[in-house]
Amino acid sequence: MELTQTTFAAALPELILCALALLMVLLAAFLAPNAENMKTIRALSLAGYAVAFGSLFMIPAGTHVIFNDLFMVGPLGYYMKGLVLIGGFFAAWLVSDSWGEGVDRPEYHLLVVLAVLGMMVMISANDLISLYMGLELQSLPLYVVAAMRTGSLKSSEAGLKYFLLGALSSGLLLYGASLIYGYTGSTNFADIAQMLSAQEISAGTVIGMVFLLSGLAFKISAAPFHMWTPDVYEGAPTPVTALFAIVPKIAAMGLLLNVAYGAFGAATIQWSQVIIALSVASMIVGATGAIMQQNIKRMLAYSSIAHMGYALAGFAAGTEAGFSAVIIYMTTYLFMGAGSFAIIMTMKRDDVAVEKISDLAGMSSTHPLLAAGMMIVMFSMAGIPPLAGFFGKWYVFLAAVNAGLIPLAIIGVLTSVVGAFYYLRIIRLMYFEEAEAPLDKGMERNNRLILLTCLVVITLFFMGIGEINETASSIAMAAMPAG
Amino acid sequence: MLAGWPLLSVVIFLPLVGVLFLLLIRGDEESVAENAKQVALWVSGFTFLMSLFLLFGFDPIASGYQFEEKAEWITGTGITYHLGIDGISLPFILLSTFLTPLAILASWKAITKRVREYMIAFLVLEVMMVGMFASLDMLMFYLFFEGVLIPMFLIIGVWGGAERVYAAFKFFLYTLLGSVLMLVCMLFMYHQTGTTNIVQLSDFAFSPAVQFWLFLGFFASFAVKVPMWPVHTWLPDAHVQAPTAGSMILAGVLLKMGGYGFIRFSLPMFPDASAIFAPYIFALSVIAVIYTSLVALAQSDMKKLIAYSSVAHMGFVTIGIFSLNEQGIAGAMFQMISHGLVSAALFFCVGVIYDRAHTREIDAYGGVVDAMPRYATFFMFMMLASVGLPGTSGFVGEMLVLVGAWQASHWVAIFAATGLVLGACYMLWLYRRVVFGRAEKPEVQELEPLNNREYLIFVPLTVLVLWFGIYPSSLLDLMEGTVIDLIQSSGIGSSTQTALR
Repeated sequence: MELTQTTFAAALPELILCALALLMVLLAAFLAPNAENMKTIRALSLAGYAVAFGSLFMIPAGTHVIFNDLFMVGPLGYYMKGLVLIGGFFAAWLVSDSWGEGVDRPEYHLLVVLAVLGMMVMISANDLISLYMGLELQSLPLYVVAAMRTGSLKSSEAGLKYFLLGALSSGLLLYGASLIYGYTGSTNFADIAQMLSAQEISAGTVIGMVFLLSGLAFKISAAPFHMWTPDVYEGAPTPVTALFAIVPKIAAMGLLLNVAYGAFGAATIQWSQVIIALSVASMIVGATGAIMQQNIKRMLAYSSIAHMGYALAGFAAGTEAGFSAVIIYMTTYLFMGAGSFAIIMTMKRDDVAVEKISDLAGMSSTHPLLAAGMMIVMFSMAGIPPLAGFFGKWYVFLAAVNAGLIPLAIIGVLTSVVGAFYYLRIIRLMYFEEAEAPLDKGMERNNRLILLTCLVVITLFFMGIGEINETASSIAMAAMPAG
Repeated sequence: MLAGWPLLSVVIFLPLVGVLFLLLIRGDEESVAENAKQVALWVSGFTFLMSLFLLFGFDPIASGYQFEEKAEWITGTGITYHLGIDGISLPFILLSTFLTPLAILASWKAITKRVREYMIAFLVLEVMMVGMFASLDMLMFYLFFEGVLIPMFLIIGVWGGAERVYAAFKFFLYTLLGSVLMLVCMLFMYHQTGTTNIVQLSDFAFSPAVQFWLFLGFFASFAVKVPMWPVHTWLPDAHVQAPTAGSMILAGVLLKMGGYGFIRFSLPMFPDASAIFAPYIFALSVIAVIYTSLVALAQSDMKKLIAYSSVAHMGFVTIGIFSLNEQGIAGAMFQMISHGLVSAALFFCVGVIYDRAHTREIDAYGGVVDAMPRYATFFMFMMLASVGLPGTSGFVGEMLVLVGAWQASHWVAIFAATGLVLGACYMLWLYRRVVFGRAEKPEVQELEPLNNREYLIFVPLTVLVLWFGIYPSSLLDLMEGTVIDLIQSSGIGSSTQTALR
């Protein structure tokens, strides 16, 4: 293994986060857990994400394969890591210092930094081994933070459930990986790709691939591997839910793109069947499951399942257009998720966080600006133009139609109408009904800024869609194997 | 003076400037409300004046699109920012910019809560409407077409009547369901042609089998919007619950988006499928005309009655469009503009007495003429225009549609004409029950006469309805060239060159 300057430069963001994590271990161990120190630690993690984000731009252009081919840093990696770091930054910033729920401990930020590091490794993975390493590095801290609200039965249940099902999915994934290794003779993505295109694809490889995809589908909570999502979203402390809603799925989707289009590019026909099934199931489960929910976090869990279904509809195309559509979709998803949680985290009554959907009632008269913001986010999630969510849907369904998957696109748009119903329900509560007991006034500055950023992105997305589309297409072009 | 200006963009986005001002208004609730009304009125009025420049600068002889604007939007994908108007879109743009200030004026006293938000919703609505009629790019068209739902949903849901939530949801989901199917078709067309340019798409020859499905997808959207029987059921609910101004715009402009869509997309892009489906559309339209007229007869709520009459009148529009000849299409266009003015005025008529007596029940009135003689005159005029009395704009549109329909199918024309008779029945009966008779109820006796603001709304509407009725060429000349072009270039139907006049 040759370690050159480029090697380190290409892994710079990961190295920064790694150093940060080590530093935070020390701080968490030695600093007293008081509010003052919490502020420092949070600021430190925010700075870490920002510096790591900045360092993305210092990586020499082009694709670098480093660390004995375990790691690949290319255009897709830059972009997805950028999204993950923005998401991580938002998620860390959303936590006010007085939030409670167990996240007011230094370990929280440490664990999140580790999880983000794991996501970065996932995105860069170029080998089944580094894939698994990244995945577990991401998952283990997340299991812990889900159960962070000690003393809360729901939080513990969320953590346990997440852990058990996560372990199961890791098992599936490992089993799949071993089959793939057995049938192709390599764990390296490039070698696997070469192997698959050179010879006929054996049934064993396909079975292995299906197991691998199932394991990854769990991470993006695509139905039927979504069971954990509503419970974990509801049970976890709200800042953790925000984190779950925003970041891990972006990373997992980046990994999935890399695996499916990169390593298994030659088996597109085979995996696209699986993805279509996942997509249809997710869209239907997400759209119908959310209708009856009373808890807003639970509702957003189903909403995220549906969103994954839409993204997978583009994914299933197996074309360059599909690849770039997924990237665009995940971009819009990040800002819609962050925006909605910036609002949910201001929902308090008598200084106690509330999370019933009905608590939003009459918000337009008590919190006009907040309600307007929520309305824009909800319309965007429903895919109503000219907001960002529409463009995400436009591109994924365009890719699906281009690939001849018209029935999939039709199922997609129909479920999006069902989905519109529950987004509208929130708008109805805020605008058409009066508040019984108004929520507390005031919004913390961090939440306000995040919300504002997200709203600007969502409403003005149509102006930048040209650039984003171009970027996404060039990423897709670079990442897709030639031919 | 305005040479070199992107006039169309200015007209579309000018109301957004008003929105910006509205957001900046500060002060106590009362002054905010007052200022918001003023800002909205002046901005929309100014937008109307700007749109008149479009009319003056428009050359009805020239073929193709005018005031075209084209700019890069999504580079390298064939999707551009592309605006332009022809004889079909111009009347609708003027209708939108004309009705918006009137609608704002109509809500002057009726809206008392959240006035600022209300005015923002109306100005955004105006942007969406005008933008939709001016778009020459399919994606832009869809953005505006769907974007309309957001402000309208809020207008019905926030400022509507008792059942407003149900009505708003029904309106939104019904329309969305239709539109998403159109979206899939648009995606497919984009996939096949590599462009979303409406001009190029109109020249593209889709294979008949493809046209068949594309037509159905677009039909799902436009039929709901028009609305055609049997997907019209959202309309009575939406109208009854919407505030007066909301109903005015809904009936005046929003319903026309469906008819416009048929003319802009279905006919030129899928001519073969249009010819195949025309008989079925005739059937649905004839049912709409007769059935909804009968339903209108049975209504006890004035707004609901007028809403059903809208469905019947829009049935004429679809008959006209799918007659696939010059008279039919021009007649449908004329009917749409006329109905836009007349139905807006009729909804305002209901609004006027509703503001005073707070009921829309027909039985609650009777003898309104005693208290409000001038109102009764305006109401009568609009009622007769709706029935299609010669000398009003309603007559010209219906006449042309019937002439067009006669060429396409005698039976359709005969059945449609029956609808005219039924229309006269329910409108005259409505008028008799509300206006004539003895004013026995004290509430009715105490109705205040029309005020200046209400005159300000009635007079322009009346003048235009009369003007188009007496001198229809002023409107027909605008669109004649485009309609003939449409028929010839798409090769639909028979283009018998009978003069329109």
